[in-house]
Amino acid sequence: MKIDITTENGTSVAALCGELDHHCAKDLRTQLDKFIIGSRPQKLVIDLKNITFMDSSGIGLIMGRSKLMKACGGQLVVHSPQPYIKRVLKLSGIERIVSIT
Amino acid sequence: MDILNEIRFTMPSLSVNESTARAVVSSFLVQLNPTVEELSDIRTAVSEAVTNSVVHGYRGTKGDIELTVRLLPHREIYIRIKDKGCGIGDIKQAMEPLFTTAPEEERSGLGFSVMESFMDSLTVRSKVGKGTTITMRKRLSRHGD
Repeated sequence: MKIDITTENGTSVAALCGELDHHCAKDLRTQLDKFIIGSRPQKLVIDLKNITFMDSSGIGLIMGRSKLMKACGGQLVVHSPQPYIKRVLKLSGIERIVSIT
Repeated sequence: MDILNEIRFTMPSLSVNESTARAVVSSFLVQLNPTVEELSDIRTAVSEAVTNSVVHGYRGTKGDIELTVRLLPHREIYIRIKDKGCGIGDIKQAMEPLFTTAPEEERSGLGFSVMESFMDSLTVRSKVGKGTTITMRKRLSRHGD
């Protein structure tokens, strides 16, 4: 799992690459939380374009970061999930809480 | 049960083996030429089941997880994931969407929902202190023929 975070005009983009499962979710959570708390972006976009696999561990990760962003006064957006990842997102009903673009 | 082909392997309950299980199942199923969507469904369901064993079955301890994949007639896939962990006291409750006993680890409680949705059938057998066996089946389309 690779993560690359860039920021421009108050919006940060966390581009993830690889497979998102329980094994790598913990490290990813630590990295994202450190960034959110340290940088306080107004908007954090989690870019899933290069995520080739995601199970419900990814749902837990997204929900947790959404809560943290709200607590910090910001907003979380999920961007470009692959079709098969969209199915997991839809099943979870997460689109009622998090914007998916 | 008429078994056309079968693999069975045992792995320690390390989280890194969640991807190992997905890779092994994918490789084995190549012979049926599944669609991308079918393979994705099966990989996701296997990942959920193995993660359940790692996170819940053997919580804080280590043990073995046995994965069996069988090819049955009419392009049907049989998958069994078995652990000898702590078991599930109330299977009905455990299968309710969003129910989790590990909220501190941000478990979404959707594992069984994903398995049920992405496979044709799901059976969970468990005994407290003895372990859990998850059995799933899925019939592939004729795409690969």
